[in-house]
Amino acid sequence: MKKIKRFLSGNAATYAMVVIAFLLCQLALSGLIPGFKMSRSFRGQLVPICTWIVMAVSLNLTVGISGELSLGHAGFMSVGAFSGIIMSAWLLSAFEMENETVRLILAMLAGGAVAGIAGVIIGIPVLRLRGDYLAIVTLAFGEIIRNVLNCLYFSVDGSALHVSFNNPNLPGNVIYKGPTGAVGNKTISTFTMGFCLVIFTLIVVLNLVNSRSGRAIMAIRDSRIAAESVGINVTKYKMMAFVTSAVLAGMAGALYGLNLSTVTAAKFKFDTSILVLVFVVLGGIGSIRGSIIAATLLTVLPEVLREFGDYRMLIYAIVLIVVMLFTNSPSIRQFFGRILPHRTRKGGDAQ
Amino acid sequence: MSVSNRKHSTTRMVPAPSQGIIPERDLGSRPVLEARHLGIEFGGLHAVEDFNLIIGRTEIAGLIGPNGAGKTTVFNLLTKVYQPTMGTILLNGRDTAGMNTIQANRLGIARTFQNIRLFGNMTVEDNVRIGLHNQLRYGMFSGILRLPAYWKGERAQHERAMDLLSIFDMQDLAGHQAGSLPYGAQRRLEIVRALATNPSLLLLDEPAAGMNPHETDELMANITKIRDQFHIAILLIEHDMNLVMGICEGICVLNYGRIIAKGTASEIQQNPVVIEAYLGKRKEG
Repeated sequence: MKKIKRFLSGNAATYAMVVIAFLLCQLALSGLIPGFKMSRSFRGQLVPICTWIVMAVSLNLTVGISGELSLGHAGFMSVGAFSGIIMSAWLLSAFEMENETVRLILAMLAGGAVAGIAGVIIGIPVLRLRGDYLAIVTLAFGEIIRNVLNCLYFSVDGSALHVSFNNPNLPGNVIYKGPTGAVGNKTISTFTMGFCLVIFTLIVVLNLVNSRSGRAIMAIRDSRIAAESVGINVTKYKMMAFVTSAVLAGMAGALYGLNLSTVTAAKFKFDTSILVLVFVVLGGIGSIRGSIIAATLLTVLPEVLREFGDYRMLIYAIVLIVVMLFTNSPSIRQFFGRILPHRTRKGGDAQ
Repeated sequence: MSVSNRKHSTTRMVPAPSQGIIPERDLGSRPVLEARHLGIEFGGLHAVEDFNLIIGRTEIAGLIGPNGAGKTTVFNLLTKVYQPTMGTILLNGRDTAGMNTIQANRLGIARTFQNIRLFGNMTVEDNVRIGLHNQLRYGMFSGILRLPAYWKGERAQHERAMDLLSIFDMQDLAGHQAGSLPYGAQRRLEIVRALATNPSLLLLDEPAAGMNPHETDELMANITKIRDQFHIAILLIEHDMNLVMGICEGICVLNYGRIIAKGTASEIQQNPVVIEAYLGKRKEG
């Protein structure tokens, strides 16, 4: 019994949960579970679920572990999405790389790298601010990215990549057209690759949290003054959390973008940042496993509620409120406290 | 004289090269801390003014004074939480002008806080490990990829943390949440965390606050033990006069941001200016 409890509170359980869910989905996809057939619309949700899980876990690194409220997470996602799409198109055109898995991996790496650079650029001024101000500036960043992307045009011509600002007349095959977005993408994202990205994210975030760097990040969250007094470089570790979070969001963006044939910058509005924040808050700030569950359920929920027709979003909102009230009730918490072992929280409330 | 036999009563304070006195045994080595004409102004108000202090390599010094005298401000100046508007601070002979808290800590100054600032959500051991942050290091990527450096570093941190916790017999509490410890244990943990940064000067801000007489006695023994074991200097702010008079070799009295007296325990106790600062002036007639 004690062993089971220890397992449930550890990281291994989080990995196990994700792997089991993946295997079940694969079984259902191949029709091996009798009497259960996965609907088309649900099958279409598998890659987005992976995307939102990665988004939620990476935002949790900023909000829960590092304790900084960021409202511009969709900005990093869009940067990653379009870098990924452009990378994929360029690889196809320049090297005639037909292998979709390799292209997807390289696209995700490109998305992560560009989003990481954006994270560094935003992080330098933003991480000097605290609390509400940081939230406002990250929100502005998300909007700026979206507006800049509305004016950019990209095209590939053989192995050359052309960029222009507000000028749609580019040589070769135009792959990204400002407000119209990226049209006619080759959709190369697969559920398996999405699963791999989720596992990759979990390894990065959980291993980071349980290491010297992760402890420094949490120390700064708990008491900045005390962290400085023991010689922890506050800017460095805040930056580390922020940029890691941005890189993962960029990779998720590439996965998301390459799953759709048409993507516009308008997809990554302020609402999207808030949606990801809802996943994090609902799952429990600082709780990685909570983020995974919340992201999955809230992505599936609108599909499940489709039969309610016009009342779909109303019911969605009511479910959100009820779940929030339910998870914050002291008696429910006590109940979970009894069945789960007492354990010091790795993540706590953001200050 | 063997280290463990040192008693405050046998300490002879001698004049130091600059203004101040240090124990005779520390004459041969460079003082840990020298503050010269240190001062800070907050919008015209001189919170601390012309503060001169010299602390020997293995001295236990006390900083006392009535409430609001500027004692914690001095600590914040020494640890560079505030930048002094006047004067210089030499740590192990190095000028700290322009440094921040982090650099000052790396030069060898560590502190505890008057209102405890532990990382309450984390375990006792993790709190000490955070103190070891700059002592036993490995990089971010070793941590994420779980390279051999990670396992080696974690093991070394665990062993060192347990060693340090054993000063106060706190090994059994290693897995507890720091915020859930009793008050006295939290104060002790803060000292352990500060010691983990391998300082040469330890600043203790009211270490005995909220402790009962029995705990205070234990703390006194432990402070002396820490000094002897780690060969460091300790400067403490304290209102408990038994503790101050019991273990501090040199005592510095602050009032209204200025030093009003310096000396050994017995000198301070008889100093009329100090008595006046604490008890007020006797009415004439």
